[in-house]
Amino acid sequence: MSTELGMPSLGVPHGTAGVPRLGEDATPQTKKEFTSDQEVRWCPGCGDYAILASVQGFLPELGLKRENIVFVSGIGCSSRFPYYLDTYGMHSIHGRAPAIATGLATSRADLSVWVVTGDGDALSIGGNHLIHALRRNVNMTILLFNNQIYGLTKGQYSPTSEVGKVTKSTPMGSVDHPFNPVSLALGAEATFVARTMDSDRKHLTGILKAAAAHRGTSLVEIYQNCPIFNDGAFDLIKDRSQQEARIVHLTDGERVQVGPEDDRQVLVRAAGGAMEFVPASEVGEREVVVHDATAGDPTQAFALSRLDSPQMTHVPMGIFRNVVRPTYDDLVRAQVDAAVDTGGGPATDEDLDALIHGRDTWTVA
Amino acid sequence: MSSKTVQKLDRVVIRFAGDSGDGMQLTGDRFTSETAALGNDLSTLPNFPAEIRAPQGTLPGVSSFQLHFADHDVLTPGDAPDVLVAMNPAALKANLRDLPRGATIIANTDEFSKRNLGKVGYTTNPLEDGSLDSWHLHPVALTSITVEALAEFDSLSRKDKERAKNMFALGLLSWMYHRPTSGTENFLTKKFGAKPDILAANLAALKAGVNYGETTEDFAVSYEIAPAPMAAGTYRNITGNVALAYGLVTASHRAKVPLLLGSYPITPASDILHTLSGLKRYGVTTLQAEDEIAGIGAALGASFGGAIGVTTTSGPGVALKSETIGLAVSLELPLVIVDVQRGGPSTGLPTKTEQSDLLQAMFGRNGESPVPIIAPQSPADCFDAALEAVRIATAYRTPVFILSDGYLANGSEPWSLPKVAELPDLTVEFASEPNATDEKGEPVFHPFLRDPATLARPWAVPGTAGLEHRIGGIEKADVTGNISYDPDNHDLMTRLRAGKIERIADTIGDLEVDDPSGEASVLVLGWGSTYGPIAAAVRSVRNTGAKVARAHLRHLNPFPANTGEVLRRYDRVLVPEMNMGQLAMLLRAKYLVDVHSFTQVRGLPFTTVELADAIVGLGTDGDPTADTAHETVTSHGGPA
Repeated sequence: MSTELGMPSLGVPHGTAGVPRLGEDATPQTKKEFTSDQEVRWCPGCGDYAILASVQGFLPELGLKRENIVFVSGIGCSSRFPYYLDTYGMHSIHGRAPAIATGLATSRADLSVWVVTGDGDALSIGGNHLIHALRRNVNMTILLFNNQIYGLTKGQYSPTSEVGKVTKSTPMGSVDHPFNPVSLALGAEATFVARTMDSDRKHLTGILKAAAAHRGTSLVEIYQNCPIFNDGAFDLIKDRSQQEARIVHLTDGERVQVGPEDDRQVLVRAAGGAMEFVPASEVGEREVVVHDATAGDPTQAFALSRLDSPQMTHVPMGIFRNVVRPTYDDLVRAQVDAAVDTGGGPATDEDLDALIHGRDTWTVA
Repeated sequence: MSSKTVQKLDRVVIRFAGDSGDGMQLTGDRFTSETAALGNDLSTLPNFPAEIRAPQGTLPGVSSFQLHFADHDVLTPGDAPDVLVAMNPAALKANLRDLPRGATIIANTDEFSKRNLGKVGYTTNPLEDGSLDSWHLHPVALTSITVEALAEFDSLSRKDKERAKNMFALGLLSWMYHRPTSGTENFLTKKFGAKPDILAANLAALKAGVNYGETTEDFAVSYEIAPAPMAAGTYRNITGNVALAYGLVTASHRAKVPLLLGSYPITPASDILHTLSGLKRYGVTTLQAEDEIAGIGAALGASFGGAIGVTTTSGPGVALKSETIGLAVSLELPLVIVDVQRGGPSTGLPTKTEQSDLLQAMFGRNGESPVPIIAPQSPADCFDAALEAVRIATAYRTPVFILSDGYLANGSEPWSLPKVAELPDLTVEFASEPNATDEKGEPVFHPFLRDPATLARPWAVPGTAGLEHRIGGIEKADVTGNISYDPDNHDLMTRLRAGKIERIADTIGDLEVDDPSGEASVLVLGWGSTYGPIAAAVRSVRNTGAKVARAHLRHLNPFPANTGEVLRRYDRVLVPEMNMGQLAMLLRAKYLVDVHSFTQVRGLPFTTVELADAIVGLGTDGDPTADTAHETVTSHGGPA
């Protein structure tokens, strides 16, 4: 049996709707206010520094009361993130941050909830919680730092390491087939999925802004360099001379293309629903793929996520999907609120007395 | 009815047994409700297979419901039935060994076909071959009489009509024991209101059962059991799981803090999730998580946000939640973990009871991670245990275990209803302002600056300006809560966390001993659901003139402050448990007292008789020779 939830349409509220904001006349917040007094202890050259700086720089833009922002993390290098932000924070246990954040976000509509996780934390030990957070669409933003290696345990392969990867635990090369985090998230019916890179502060900040604005679970994969155990993993797309030919910037409403103007490749549909890049001059009558992150059907977004390859010939960056679906926490709260309203407001002692009495009592004089 | 004899009884134990599809639990529930309405004291024991529908007519598919009711206070569901209602050969075979000779058997002859007899290994029909001669056998063609009584219901299939046979059986038993059927009629009207044909058929079957008892010559006697003298008050019948759910929601109300349950379905705890999910009107949020770990994770996240986070599970679920419980110990946040224990290890016996998670609750985590443990002693007591768990969790900022079990969860008893306004005030105080100053004299917040009396740290929830802080599972520096790997600090923090839990003993009261003569040399000490069986056994031993003392532990961690003194007051201490001696191990380790462990793990509560025998075996008259029985005793002669 199923029932119509009978919920009023919630419209398309902003991701931070319901979170107390600074007054109009308040002094704007600064990056410094979001910086805690704790010494940052990542390795020199770690990509996490750049992400931390971008997040600290971005948070004032939200205009939210600082005390209503919470960062929850799991275990791993990236999960030390909350210690360095002067907000509320919890450094929890391996893989469980999405579950903990789900309980927090569901019980508190007035909080802006963020999860910081890594490829091992989110995709190995915490894979189950990640996909269920995505399908439920709990209102929170998940920053998935993907460095394709286990850093804190000192250099074992991760669920995003490429086949053949030689690490401490795979001396003859890894035989594990890796996850593509974007494909996985789309398969879990995530409503917001994006990819960005630690070193591109402008792009990263733009994605953070869109992710925070999205009401629901936003998954942001951030390519992040580990200079100690997997240095240079993303050099092909960080190298200025190569990145233009490799990075496919996804822009809503525009055709999907890559490469400099004099060597532009355009994505077109091939036979059997596949897609292929062809030189702009050869597009002719062929159907050009136009990006639509808001499409209800995730098929095209998924196909775009499959353009990836370990060789990084073409790497899509940007927002793959951004669709509206009621969030789990809004719906849960609406059910509770409706029940409380129907019952005549918050329960009194007498209401509780009536509950525990039930319908079948007898009295002994 | 006047033409028949009416006999007065002081107590009766009835067991309804049938196939898991026969509606035995419903029949038992209804008979219980009728009995409660009549004012008898009572106790129930449902017993059903883990399979939803095991193959029909087989021994694994037998489901039963036992009810003990009396004109005096009832402590257990009864050792052995006086009456067995057997709906098929499997039900007879599975239950006959519990049935004392001379007891009554009402058997549904229609189901004793050659095929059904064969399914359970009967080569001849026990209803006809004389093998039941030492019992009072009433063969009744329950199915065909029911179908016949419903002849006029043309719209119903034969199968539908057969299904009403449990109502016929209920009607017959209601006649036998003078139970009113009006409550059941109301119940059926509510249940089948939308299906008038089915409703009418069930009502007709119920009535046919009553009429059958009144008219047939086979049933010459009916019985009366006078109401039990009970303390004045308003009563209802309640199961442990429902009482626990009501206790949690009431505690949340008294604390003025919302409740969030994060849970994953598991037998025998799921009814708490079901009950709480229907209580949104009381501000309760329930979250059915993707797994046990997410269930407790969501609960802990809610606790961080200032709610009362609760998770409900059974032993296998606790194993999965252990790491998060350890995190809650480290974060020092309130959390309630309800473990409705069942037979283990592993999947074990999902629908049967056991007390074998005590050591798991006590020690089942990495590191030094003490967690308070509370055990309810009866179904209705689950309500009070829930209030106590929330009190400790919120006052001491700690996860707390409630160890219920399958027997309490599904068993029921009359409950004298409390007045909610008169229950303890559990109001929670959240931190609202900085609690220290830094070297420059600026106000700062130290999340691990403790209350000197309780050692609890402040509960500062997100949304409170000026108290922004970070907590985590890494060791924290005393007072500031900053990450610290300092050896002395870790030693200090470990001792502070342990000391905090020990201090709970200041607020739980002494262990009370029931020793009317004051001269007993034997103390029987139990915990949790063995309360009823122990009390009944002690009563029966005292009735022989022997002297025996009794005490029951509600708090297993920390123990009441006088526990060691009580143990040393007696020459011999018997500790009955439905495990291999887990409380006995804790008591021996902590108090160096050589307690006698008495154990069984049969998935069923102790019987009064076996416990009484164990008490007498220790020498209640103070016979010093009995003191030689130092080795662990098991109830069924198995190895210690």
